[in-house]
Amino acid sequence: MTTNTIAAEPGVAKPDPILVVDGLQRTFGGLHAVDVDHLEIQRNTITSLIGPNGAGKTTLFNLLTGFDEVDAGTFSLNGESLVGVPSYRVARRGMVRTFQLTKSLGRLTVLENMMFGAPDNPGESLSGAMFRRWRSAEADIEARSRELLERFGMDHMSSEYAGSLSGGQRKLLEMARSLMVEPDIVMLDEPMAGVNPVLTQSLLEHIKALRDDGRTVVFVEHDMDVVQEISDWVIVLAEGQVIAEGRPEQIASNPIVIDAYLGTQSNG
Amino acid sequence: MDWTEILIDAATASIGPVAAAYALAAIGLNLQFGYSGLLNFGQAGFMLVGGYGAAITVEHGGSFWLGILVGIAASVVLGLILGGPTLRLRADYLAIVTISAAEILRLIVRSGWAEPLTNGVFGIQGFANPFFDLNPLATAGRYGWGDFTFQGRQLWVMIVGWSLVGLATLLLWKLIASPWGRAIRAIREDEDAARALGKNVFGYKLQSLILGGALGGAAGMLLAVEQQNIVSDSFLPQLTFFLYVIVILGGAGTILGPIFGAIVFRFLFQFFDGFMAQSQAEGWYGDLLDATDAQQIKLVLVGAGLMALMVFRPQGAFGNREELLIDDN
Amino acid sequence: MIGLIALSAPAHAQAETVGGTIQVAEGAERTPIAGVVIDISLDGEDIGTGTSDDTGIWAVDVPGPGTYQAELDVESLPDGVAPTDPDSTLLDSVIVRAGQNKVIAFRLGEGSVAAANRYKQLGNLFILGLKLGAIIALSAVGLSLIYGVTGLINFAHGELLTFGALMLYFFHVSGGGPGWPLLLAAIPAVILGGLFGGAQDRLLWRPLRKRRIGNIAMMVVSIGLALALRNFFLIIFDGQPRSLRDFAIQDTVDILGIPVVPKTLVIIGASLVILTCVGLFLQKTKTGIAVRAIADNKDLAESSGIDVQSVILSTWILGAGLAALSGVFFGVSESVQYNMGFRLLLLTFAATVLGGLGTAYGAMLGGFVIGIAIEMSTYWIDTELKNALALGLLIVMLLFRPQGLLGRKERLG
Ligand SMILES: Nc1ncnc2c1ncn2[C@@H]1O[C@H](COP(=O)(O)OP(=O)(O)O)[C@@H](O)[C@H]1O
Ligand SMILES: [Mg+2]
Repeated sequence: MTTNTIAAEPGVAKPDPILVVDGLQRTFGGLHAVDVDHLEIQRNTITSLIGPNGAGKTTLFNLLTGFDEVDAGTFSLNGESLVGVPSYRVARRGMVRTFQLTKSLGRLTVLENMMFGAPDNPGESLSGAMFRRWRSAEADIEARSRELLERFGMDHMSSEYAGSLSGGQRKLLEMARSLMVEPDIVMLDEPMAGVNPVLTQSLLEHIKALRDDGRTVVFVEHDMDVVQEISDWVIVLAEGQVIAEGRPEQIASNPIVIDAYLGTQSNG
Repeated sequence: MDWTEILIDAATASIGPVAAAYALAAIGLNLQFGYSGLLNFGQAGFMLVGGYGAAITVEHGGSFWLGILVGIAASVVLGLILGGPTLRLRADYLAIVTISAAEILRLIVRSGWAEPLTNGVFGIQGFANPFFDLNPLATAGRYGWGDFTFQGRQLWVMIVGWSLVGLATLLLWKLIASPWGRAIRAIREDEDAARALGKNVFGYKLQSLILGGALGGAAGMLLAVEQQNIVSDSFLPQLTFFLYVIVILGGAGTILGPIFGAIVFRFLFQFFDGFMAQSQAEGWYGDLLDATDAQQIKLVLVGAGLMALMVFRPQGAFGNREELLIDDN
Repeated sequence: MIGLIALSAPAHAQAETVGGTIQVAEGAERTPIAGVVIDISLDGEDIGTGTSDDTGIWAVDVPGPGTYQAELDVESLPDGVAPTDPDSTLLDSVIVRAGQNKVIAFRLGEGSVAAANRYKQLGNLFILGLKLGAIIALSAVGLSLIYGVTGLINFAHGELLTFGALMLYFFHVSGGGPGWPLLLAAIPAVILGGLFGGAQDRLLWRPLRKRRIGNIAMMVVSIGLALALRNFFLIIFDGQPRSLRDFAIQDTVDILGIPVVPKTLVIIGASLVILTCVGLFLQKTKTGIAVRAIADNKDLAESSGIDVQSVILSTWILGAGLAALSGVFFGVSESVQYNMGFRLLLLTFAATVLGGLGTAYGAMLGGFVIGIAIEMSTYWIDTELKNALALGLLIVMLLFRPQGLLGRKERLG
């Protein structure tokens, strides 16, 4: 990928950034949960966001996707500012996220979960539901949902309630559902946590497939082997700040990272 | 003890005009609470503004049909006022604001300050003549079988009332089966998931609150029309809680639940009244209970029934037990 | 000089009325007083307002036979006229028979009432506001604490308050009770109120939490409980408000030129002391700190070894005890009635949200703000609309600062 030419230093500029963050701050009481000077995400790559627990990864995701409000700073997607944009509009602009604590829609079936993800459904507005013909669009959406479910190996459970799935299956469903939005960039918050090893392998394949589809993936992951395997680029967050960036092999040997990240981790 | 009389009275009440009005209001509440997860504890307030909107319009020279439009518009406006500030917040806020608003609206309507408009505690009478002029049945005639009969006037309200219930049920059925219905159910399950997928959660909740509130407004009008009389004390907070019992009895989040619930609820209500009246007349309780105590015991039972239903059978009669056991964490 | 008001019944057609003539009698001379306002209510609900005309006559139509309450609005009396007994402006059992034009009288004499001038009037309203605020604050802190540790908005909180007042009535006045003096009777009332809350937690709410019943379902359960309890109280206590025996009538004392009944000062003072104690409890004691920790983050608190269930139980006892105390003060300040808690619940909600849902200090602040705002508002707006003002404040607050005065801002969509 194009990341070979980029210098491995925090806040480095990228040739074709999809997401640009400047001076982003979020504090809780006195705690600087996020304090990022400058950060760019290169388009059409898989970028891993790593850092010890409490580093601010989820908070950063919340800020970028409109689920939390910044105290200061700016960020933009495809060159357009996202500051103050409500979460659902962020999704409509092409940035979709998943949650660290899975949010499956328990009393909807797996298929309904998927179909709900589809954008621009004419029957989804109140007037549309009453007065417009939405059945053909709905049939297309169902076909697309089933296709995706098949790709994720979940087609056999499409009529089960999402609430009855295992934790790993729910993670998978949430990721598949987010793809129904056809996003430019997917933000996955610990998609692998609690997923069994067999599923993990297939999840990794899906993430790679996303990049091959032309999408950008940012994901939070703790397992360094996984990070090494699929990332084009790795960003390390500690105490809210970006302390290092680089290709996976550069990060693995970066002493700052080993000190801040692995050090903290072993301490508890 | 005349059991036949008690049962016939109860059966009459179970499909009477009040049951139709309760069913209509409960359909609205079911949309809000059952399908969208909105805690509207002030459906009585929506009914009040609907009924008073119509009655005040007629009282001040408007036509009855204009009154109906005003009544619906009033409940829509109430939905906007109460939903606007609260539906972006946690579910509790809507509950707090709706229960307070419904009770305070009732106090305002009966106050001396509002008397020029609402006629205070005396209420407004005789505003629905155009409605009864359309009645094709003989007003004083009796229709039915044996002792199970309705007056022509009453039957006319029932025909219109249950037709409205039928229409509302069809509308809801169509909506719930549509992608819009899927969206509100999804929002009930998890708002943030819906937002992350690009759905305007606030808009959906507001639509659901307003639509359900408008059905409440229509039900309030139906109650008022049936009596040709509207007084503030028909809209006590407990009216809302009756509707909760109805919705949960029938099964929250089911299409036919509110109709079933309203019929059963009215039956039990009247059955209890008849039973207490007769057993009291026969001196079962000696001096222990007086006539008004029976009403209050009934309300204690409604409250206890609501608790028990919510705890032991929240799926109601038609609800799917399996669906409820889902642990959606 | 003693005035007697009354006598001639206003001629009125069909139905029942309550009425009379407002006049000051001096010797044989009778001076009618115009513009005096009398509020008629039934079981605590307003029925109507009468205003005396130039001949002193007033009348209010009532919906039917029954036992009404009539209250002379002292603020509407002109300068120099006052009730001969400042605490007898409320007649709490005016019995109207079918078709009767009931005539009632208030005893008026020369004197100075709070309405004498603007300063006194506003000052008086402010003190009434402080008193109401203290009563709301006690209730709101209880609601807020319980909400903090359980996440439950308890719609049956008002009935905890009524319970306290009913217990007070039982120990103090009731024929079957011991007839203790009010101050003594208040002690078991508050203790039993706390235990009532504790019992609710053990017998109802804890089992429901064990069944992992969601918060929305719990709120519906609490609504059912409120309805059942309220009507149970109605059965055993009947509808009309009842006065307490001690301190029902007190001479006023002057505070900065404002006449105040001593019991008002006692209620305000005692509430402030108790609210301070609650604050100290939350800051300094182990249980108090645990309460705040659970409210902040339940999982974290649990994992750090706090016995969450027992802290919740303590909180229920404390919150219900505070509600019972609020009921005691409310009863002393007005009267005891089966639905007094529900009436105050709406103001409690307004206070809790105004201060910030789940923040104990916010609830205290919110209570005083609501109490003072609605009492003082009656200087400008109709008394009957004062509760609407509380709702208005609540909605405006939610629009512009949903986290409340003292709440921590959190992103809510
Ligand atoms: N809503 C909140 N209120 C207070 N502190 C918070 C909140 N959300 C996160 N934090 C704090 O911010 C820091 C970063 O948290 P988070 O973003 O969840 O970290 P990560 O996802 O990297 O594990 C942590 O110290 C956490 O306790
Ligand atoms: Mg995280």
